[in-house]
Amino acid sequence: MGNESVRGTTALELALAWSFVGIPLLWGIYGTVANAMKLFQ
Amino acid sequence: MSVVSILDRSRTIARPGFSRWMVPPAALCIHLCIGQAYAFSVFNLPMSRLIGVTKSAPDDWKLTDLGWIFSIAIFFLGASAALFGRWVEEGGPRRAMVASAICFSGGFLVSALGVAWHQLWIVYLGYGVLGGAGLGLGYISPVSTLLKWFPDRPGMATGMAIMGFGGGAMIASPLSVWLMTAFSSPTHVGVAETFVVLGLVYAGFMLVGAAIVRVPPAGWRPAGYVPPVRPKKLVTMRDVYVYQALKTPQFWLIWVVLCMNVTAGIGVLGQASAMSQEMFPGRVTAAAAGGFVGLLSIFNMGGRFFWASISDAIGRKHTYTLFFLLGIVLYALAPWFGAAGNLPLFILCFLVILSMYGGGFATVPAYLRDMFGTRYVGAIHGLLITAWSVAGVLGPVLVNYIRQYQIDSGVPKAQAYNVTMYIMAGLLVVGLIANLLIKAVDDRHHMNPESADDVIGVG
Repeated sequence: MGNESVRGTTALELALAWSFVGIPLLWGIYGTVANAMKLFQ
Repeated sequence: MSVVSILDRSRTIARPGFSRWMVPPAALCIHLCIGQAYAFSVFNLPMSRLIGVTKSAPDDWKLTDLGWIFSIAIFFLGASAALFGRWVEEGGPRRAMVASAICFSGGFLVSALGVAWHQLWIVYLGYGVLGGAGLGLGYISPVSTLLKWFPDRPGMATGMAIMGFGGGAMIASPLSVWLMTAFSSPTHVGVAETFVVLGLVYAGFMLVGAAIVRVPPAGWRPAGYVPPVRPKKLVTMRDVYVYQALKTPQFWLIWVVLCMNVTAGIGVLGQASAMSQEMFPGRVTAAAAGGFVGLLSIFNMGGRFFWASISDAIGRKHTYTLFFLLGIVLYALAPWFGAAGNLPLFILCFLVILSMYGGGFATVPAYLRDMFGTRYVGAIHGLLITAWSVAGVLGPVLVNYIRQYQIDSGVPKAQAYNVTMYIMAGLLVVGLIANLLIKAVDDRHHMNPESADDVIGVG
């Protein structure tokens, strides 16, 4: 963070960071669960 | 300001007000990408018909030759983690993450050339060697940083990152299939273009992680966190130098613990589809078996977060003891459930086993931190990854060869896995004994505080 602002992390930054990794992960989990349902058909 | 200075450890020290909850997403940016390795098999069939397109031509690559790409990558994962662990630890997470992004993405781009020119050795060199090095650097890069940001919940913190490695394949597999479909034509398979796109997308994703990662300032503690006045018996407050750790029995006992835990899970993971169909002929179709594999992947991923978080409450040694005791019981019961035709309980057995397989990976960094301190835990973790490489060979070989031996000896296919499961239970007994032998590291192995400060100035 060398010369960057000294302000703290905002809630928006946290939400963006978690969404950046969370959305692809949830997409992957959704597809896998949908595929896994074939086991119970 | 040079590019190199931006990567320095000193440039990643967090300013006051930085939220430590930004660090797990940074780690996940890396682990979600490198977790793609588990999905590499989706390229095998398409790469075996690059010339023939609809079916393999005589000059096309053979599946047996293509299988080496993944094996080389896993070998270089272990080798790079072991060789560069200290470099990663001392240079800080950003430098390691950028190096990992360059190697992993570069591996895809080099492999795209190999596919376009139909030169398999270039793919070995690209995804296998370069990509494998990126896997190893990426796997260990955020571990010690997370441990330093979350001294109150080290298991949960590393569990979140390593969960990403389990989840990466769930993203990569459908994404790769979709890209290959989009780039394919009646005369072209579309693998090279898919490699280029994946290489660029993964580079961008991993560099975002490198940009947002921070290390805590020296002496930083979470608000309200008070280190225990009297440390727990198996949690050291001091550090052990990376190569000194190799001289301790604790390192090798944890090595055996990880190796046995991984061996017991990895063989099943590779053979789950065939095993479920052969043990329940007529009841489990190929599509249902695919669903079983998917469920195993979800439990493998979820177990990484669940068990590593549990270990913060009950301790690392107790967590592994639970893994081994429960694993032994479940492996002993699985053949019985198979013989009784009880599919739900059979599935449940393996879901729990695979959750503990993932949990074993995710809990081990915190176990190392408890034993050897935080200073060199990333580098020591890198050395320990060799246990994974050994298990990666041992597990599948045991399952495949024992099954074949049983079938050759006249055992029906439905019962061909029984001996394997009893052997897996035996391996877990070995792991249990190793875990029970683990005691606190002897004082003579610890660094003195002065020399520790000389090695790394911050974080």
